[in-house]
Order: sequence, then structure tokens, then C-alpha cells
Amino acid sequence: MERTWTSVVSARGVSKEFANGLRALSDITLNVLEGEFLSVLGPSGCGKTTLLRLIAGLAAPTGGILERPDARNETGFVFQEPTLLPWTTALANVALPLKLAGVGRKERLRRAGEALAGVGLVGFERSYPRELSGGMKMRVSIARALVTRPRLLLMDEPFAALDEISRHKLNIDLLALWQRERFTAVFVTHSVFESVFLSQRIAIMSARPGRVWTELAIPVAYPRDEAFRTSAQYAGLCRQASQRLFEAMAVKAEAA
Amino acid sequence: MSARATAPLLLGVLVLALWEEAVHLLAIPPYVLPGPILIAETLVTDWTMLAPSLWVTLTITLQALAAAVVIGALLAILFSLSRWVELSLFPYAVVLQVTPIVAIAPLIIIWANNIDLSLLICAWLVAFFPILSNTILGLRSVDRNLLDLFELHGAGRWRTLLHLRLPAALPYFLGALRISGGLALIGAVVAEFVAGTGGNASGLAWRILEAGYQLKVPRMFAALALISATGIAIFLSLTLLSHLLLRRWHESALAMQE
Repeated sequence: MERTWTSVVSARGVSKEFANGLRALSDITLNVLEGEFLSVLGPSGCGKTTLLRLIAGLAAPTGGILERPDARNETGFVFQEPTLLPWTTALANVALPLKLAGVGRKERLRRAGEALAGVGLVGFERSYPRELSGGMKMRVSIARALVTRPRLLLMDEPFAALDEISRHKLNIDLLALWQRERFTAVFVTHSVFESVFLSQRIAIMSARPGRVWTELAIPVAYPRDEAFRTSAQYAGLCRQASQRLFEAMAVKAEAA
Repeated sequence: MSARATAPLLLGVLVLALWEEAVHLLAIPPYVLPGPILIAETLVTDWTMLAPSLWVTLTITLQALAAAVVIGALLAILFSLSRWVELSLFPYAVVLQVTPIVAIAPLIIIWANNIDLSLLICAWLVAFFPILSNTILGLRSVDRNLLDLFELHGAGRWRTLLHLRLPAALPYFLGALRISGGLALIGAVVAEFVAGTGGNASGLAWRILEAGYQLKVPRMFAALALISATGIAIFLSLTLLSHLLLRRWHESALAMQE
């Protein structure tokens, strides 16, 4: 796919220290390029979620320079949990960001319907979240994040709570969406396999304080499918990523 | 009919039958303990006298409940919007709640100088606290991620309140409403006992007092039965309301369908 090589997110020496003195992130330097699929891989507690919240503008960095899309609705966010409103339907949940943006009822329901169709949930518009499976709820959540057609989609371990079969299916469907809608994706995960399968580039983090330890390119063409998941190339890339992750974790052990 | 309804109904009929039998077998005089059939007869014969009293008590109860809903919910919203208002006012709401209504009812009756108004204030005082405290709890019990989502999409404080906090607080509010419905009735009856009012416009509590002075024990029981029936009717209607509002999405209403 064509690349323009402009940065959607640019972090230079970004750090985040909480009010209680905890240093969550230290000297993060990271560029997210227009249209790319970037994974952020690291052990739990390395500040991945904090980094994502900074990029979303939900928290402010305490040091460094962070450039990000700051216009409203340019950023979509998918949480670890589906985080749906339980009192309303799948369609109304997807339409929520448009409602908050002041889009008229007819227009927002039409666009929400399209977004639901985009994640393969035609026929579930009138369903309430409790009537949907975990995987379907996550699809609704992704549709809600994409309904405003954001430039940047941030995902915080969205599939961590799902079973493996649903997760693999959602991985493939997410890549299809990404190729079709051409948003920039930042995907936080603690799964080596998931990060290798999905991304063009992996930023591997070390913990306490969180830093980008190294980056790893995954030079494999899309579309990627189940055949890629069982290929020797995939296994090799996963081994590489695992080794780098172990190095990153060893850094933490020395510091501690 | 389900076992849910038949089991307590059967037990009730059995207890009433035993009561009736015991009254006859032990020859208990009606001024000590009347049987259920005599009480039912009294209810019919005294209906012209009891019905206006029922109306008075019911009116005060429902007015107090309505005032408790409006003031309790509005205060809860105000508290959720301003930490300072909450910090300064909430302790006084607690003081109102923990002071026994029987102890302040005489003062309220003196100050209000109007018997209906003072009964209303007493019933309201008892009923409003559960609504206030539960609604505050509900307005706070919002998923942090959903709050982040609303912030991300630029929803201000008011739209977050309208589209997120209020619906999230609804189950808590409805739980409080069921408690407050019963409390409003208790408050109205207790205040009426304290007031000890006479005349035409007086409620069921006064009928009980009056019948007690005259040793008309069956009428005391008849009035008591009406108070209980009123309480049950209020509870059932509020339960139904809660079920209708929550049945599509809330766990508590889903459990009822199993």
C-alpha cells in the first residue's frame, strides 16, 4: 500500500510521572507513520496503556514533546473491555460518538449501521450488549471506534480476554478493516504472536520506567491469513520478537 | 401460577384459617383478638369511615414520595457536579436521616402550623435519604473507560451526566425508590400518631388511635390491614416500574426472568 511517510504521532523524549511519584514512562521516542500498523509489545506494567492514553490525549505527558492528532474524532480508542453502554442497543452504542459530535439522528444511525456491517454484525443492530458474545461485543466496540472515520485507531489489548479462535478471527478481520479504511493503527499487546501477525513494525518496551527498548520490522506483505500464521517465516519472526522481548525484560531486572 | 405466588398465598390462607379456628376454639373475645372474618366484615361495614382516611394517608404518602424523588435526585445530581456542595451539605443530610422522626415530629407540627403540611414534611424526611445516597452512589459508579470515551469525544459535564451518569444511576435510584415508598408510608403514619389529629380529614393512624380509645379492636385491625395493603401495593407497583425500566439490560431484572 502507498505510504506518504508523514508522522501521525511523534513523541520526542516523552516521560510521564504520576502524582504519587511513580515514573511510568521515561524518554519515549517514537514515530507513528501515516497508514502504518504499529504494535507496542511489552510485559505488563511497562506503561503501554499509559503511552496509549497520552497519545489519545486522555492524559498529559510530564516531559518531552508529543505531537498527536488533536482534533476531536480524529482518534478512535478500543479499550481492553468492550466498554459498551448496557442500556442501549448495538446500533445506538456505535452511533454514540456521532451523537456526542452533534450528528443528526438519521445520519448517525445510517453511518452506525454501515460501521456495524463493516465488522460483520449485520442483523445485530437491535441486540443489547448482554445478548452478544464476548467477540461480538468487541466487534461493536471496534465499530464504535471507527464510526467517526478516525485517522488514528488506538487499541489497548482489545482481544486479550477472548478465546483463541475468536482472537484469530478478529485479527484477520481487523487487518481487512485496516486495509479497507486506511487508518493508522497502534495496537498495544503483551502477545508476541499477535504483534507479529498484525503489524508492520513492533515497538518493544522495557519496564519501570517504561521505555521503547527496540523496534522490529515485520517485512511481510498483506493480506496475511491463517497460512501465514502456520508458516516457518512467522515462526522465525516470533522467535526474533521473543528474544528482543527477553532482552528488554532483562534490562528491567538489572535496573531493579 | 408460579410457585413464587402460590407458596406464600397458600401459607397465608392456612394461617388465616388457623387464626379463625383458634379464636373460636379458645373463645377469645373480639375486643382482645378478632378473627379474620370479623375483621373483613368490619372493613366492609366501616368502609365509609375508613375510605376517606385511607385516601388521606395515601395522598400524604405519595406526595412525600414525589417530593423525596424530586429533591433527593436533584440534590444527588448537584452533589455529583460539585464536590464542594456535597462536602458541605451531605453531613446535614445524614443528621436529618439519623434523627428519629418521632423526636422531631412535634417540633415540625408546631413550626408548620398546618397539619397536612407537617405530616408531609415528616414523611418526606424519612423517605428522601435513601434516594439521595443511592443516586449519588449510582452517579459515581460509572465505568472509568466509558468516562474516558466520553472525554475523548469531547462530551462536556452535562452531556456526560445526561447520556452516561444518569442511565448508569437508574438501577440504584430504582432500588432506593422501593425502599423510600415503604418509608414514606411509615413516616406518614408515625407523624399522624404523633400529631393525634381529629376531625374529618384524618388518616388511618388516627382511626387506629380513635378505635383503640373506644376499644373497637376489630376496627383497629381493619385499619391496620388497610395500611399493610397500601404498603404492599406501593412496593409492588414500584417493583413493576423497576422491572419495566430495567428488563432489557440490567442483571437484577434479568435474574427475575430465569
